[in-house]
Amino acid sequence: MSDTYTLYNPTVMDHFMNPRNMGDLKDADGVGEVGAAACGDIMKISLRIKDGKIEDARFKTFGCGSAIASSSMATELIKGRTIEEAMSFTNQEVVSALGGLPPVKIHCSVLAEEALKAALEDYIQRHPEASAKNAAVSVAA
Amino acid sequence: MRNVYLDHQSATPLLPEAFDAMRPYFTEYYGNASSLHQQGLRVREALKKARQQMAALVNAESEDDIFFASDGTECSNLAIKGVAYANERKGKHLVVSATEHPSVMNSVEFLEKQGWTCTRVPVDPAGLVDPAAVAAAITPQTVLVAVHHVNHDIGAIQKVAEIGRVCAEKGVPFYVDCEASAGWLPVDVRKFGASLASFSPHRFYGPKGVGVLYRNKKARLVSIIHGGVQEGGRRAGTENIPAIVGAGVAAEVAASRLDSRLAHAAALQKRLWDGLSKQVPYIKLNGPLPGPDRIPTNLNISTEFIEGEGQLLLCDLNGIAVASGSSCVSKSLKISHVLSAIGLDHALAQGNLILTLGDANTAEDMDYVVETFARIVEKLRGMSPMWDEFQRGVIDSVIAPTGRGKSFSQHAAEVSGKPAH
Repeated sequence: MSDTYTLYNPTVMDHFMNPRNMGDLKDADGVGEVGAAACGDIMKISLRIKDGKIEDARFKTFGCGSAIASSSMATELIKGRTIEEAMSFTNQEVVSALGGLPPVKIHCSVLAEEALKAALEDYIQRHPEASAKNAAVSVAA
Repeated sequence: MRNVYLDHQSATPLLPEAFDAMRPYFTEYYGNASSLHQQGLRVREALKKARQQMAALVNAESEDDIFFASDGTECSNLAIKGVAYANERKGKHLVVSATEHPSVMNSVEFLEKQGWTCTRVPVDPAGLVDPAAVAAAITPQTVLVAVHHVNHDIGAIQKVAEIGRVCAEKGVPFYVDCEASAGWLPVDVRKFGASLASFSPHRFYGPKGVGVLYRNKKARLVSIIHGGVQEGGRRAGTENIPAIVGAGVAAEVAASRLDSRLAHAAALQKRLWDGLSKQVPYIKLNGPLPGPDRIPTNLNISTEFIEGEGQLLLCDLNGIAVASGSSCVSKSLKISHVLSAIGLDHALAQGNLILTLGDANTAEDMDYVVETFARIVEKLRGMSPMWDEFQRGVIDSVIAPTGRGKSFSQHAAEVSGKPAH
């Protein structure tokens, strides 16, 4: 029996204490930085994209435990996905992969989705040739 | 791992002597204080003794001016609403400071919805209320002034005796919430000129489940809980005798230990703040400097470029229990209204921690907290885009501006303004 209590579930705590992909990518192909007007958290995701695929992702987060865990999990999930696939990424994937977040913390996962999409937009702006393929998705999103 | 409890403002451990005194009132002396038989009369005596012990701690004129309720929040509700309703025909205006506890603020808001008006007297950047501003806010319709003795978040000690004189001159009842100070600082309801005052025993080594209201007989007060005639008809409901007995013992012990408690806390407060301010760059103390304007048990700090909940979690994982006024910690996603009232930059309010000291804390504990916290800050700054952007001159520090880059708030507004996907 454990006599240790945690604010979040073990998966969230693990990603908070041992965040994956923390840092900045040197010479990133796309960088997105977004803030949550509601709480003041700020999240930054940088991507390395090769042949239309996310090769690597890094994050930096100014925010609470669940914001850090959400960005850690989001960067884990999107590695290896095509731009098209990543464009349809939703915060729900982060929440599920983390095994759930408290209701008041769901917006942290939304921030991760927004940071990822801002990074993808940045990539598309820098690589207009990629946008033709994704224009429809981008507008829809 | 060392365990350091630094959240005494939220709760303190029960004194062993209070626990011992309480125990028989659960199992042996279980009577109801309203009963007229031996069991009832016995607990009635216990209730009387606890009233005397509380009256002595706060220098009340008489034990009959002491009422027991379920907690501090109920006492604030009773003080605010009870006085407002009792004086409804005289006027419907209240004056409170901008940094009162939520139990006061939200009681006032409740009354505002029913037609009362309220003036919230602002505080200065240290969190102090100017007695002259309180005087200026009083109108012929004012039926109550409420200013706390010590602020629950930033430890600011208000000039309650001066405010009390202002209220006495104008003939307006004065309620002093002493829930963050009683048991630590000397509380003298007569010196304060308080018509009402409330105390929270679980914050000075008494049990939870009991709050204490002092009411001077000159202050009219109507009940807000209706039922029997317990507590002189001011608070219906069976008295929580074991908790009240424990509160009485905690009050008696507090009265005998005030000086040593204060000296102990003041030494630790100095050691902790000296250590933190030396070891952690870009850290700020919120509220008055340690000294006559600040309770020695409280430190409220903001560490720049990182958020408070992450700090709190990592402290906890290292055995250090603290609180935070950051929006991420609050269920409403709002920063503490006290931090807003002192005009603290939002970026600093986000990086807020509240550390409150107690009897069992030691000098070694403080050194451990300083050393551990410095590591925690380093770890979180390593993860923070704001720290990185500060290093690169994109944003500037609020605490120690370099003159390079834009403000954190401006930057935050820019990145938040991005349309959501």
